[in-house]
Amino acid sequence: MGAIQNRLEGPVTDELALVQAAKRGDDSAFEELVRRYDRNVFRIAQHITQNREDAEDVVQEAFLKAYGNLAKFQEQSKFYTWLVRIAVNEALMKLRRRKPERTVSLDEDIKTEDDSLPREIADWSPNPEQQYNQAELREILSKTIQGLPPGFRTVFVLRDVEGLSTEETAAALELSVPAVKSRLLRARLQLRERLGRFFQKRENGDGQRDSGDGNR
Amino acid sequence: MKCSEFLHELTNYLDGVLDEPTKIELENHLSWCHNCYVVCDTTKKTIEIYRDSQLYELPEDLRTRLRSAIMTKCQQHKKRGPETV
Repeated sequence: MGAIQNRLEGPVTDELALVQAAKRGDDSAFEELVRRYDRNVFRIAQHITQNREDAEDVVQEAFLKAYGNLAKFQEQSKFYTWLVRIAVNEALMKLRRRKPERTVSLDEDIKTEDDSLPREIADWSPNPEQQYNQAELREILSKTIQGLPPGFRTVFVLRDVEGLSTEETAAALELSVPAVKSRLLRARLQLRERLGRFFQKRENGDGQRDSGDGNR
Repeated sequence: MKCSEFLHELTNYLDGVLDEPTKIELENHLSWCHNCYVVCDTTKKTIEIYRDSQLYELPEDLRTRLRSAIMTKCQQHKKRGPETV
């Protein structure tokens, strides 16, 4: 069983040149940065807010804030990590506004109780994606991740969906590396367990188990 | 390696950042502990299924609309001066 391959990491070599041009007032360079990262920012925002309109607002506000604060951007870090930090903060603010009775922060879900140990070990069907059509699968994935506390799903989406490194995730969320790792483990295990309720391997009608589990 | 130790290293293992001796020890554990094997396998599938799901993709028409709105606001900001964001 090998390691998970990260999905992101497009070309970053000319990113600095674009940022510097944008700082000099070249709006087409900034527009190129928008083009490059708008999909990522939208995904992150929708994962955190779980609301399409809020996610659209976050995309606009995050890029506008980045534009207005470009002069303050220190070029030691990656522009994308800086942008993600702005977007995450904007998205968390949306959540706070929607739930004024609760304080929403990345720390809200740090509990004393350690619930990361798996309770359900049941194996999955070998090809869970094929059990459902595309729309059904999306609904399952969406509902499942919605059940995760914001701090967990934020770490999960940055690391596992967007492919940021642990260090970049820590920088974007202003967390320590051990805190990111701890939340990531809990997020992964909780999602695994919740998805297992849909994808659990079942006995077939003819008494045979789903195939594909004999090659360990 | 105990099951709790395996769980502690699971994220590092899936991220491919374990040192070689620990990786060998962990894989040895997986070779006989069915529960940990299942947890490891299904956690890996969880990550892959989300990564490949294209959940919350930005539709092209909305994307164009958002980009145009962003650039218009940037222009307005430039005209008004930096203190307005």
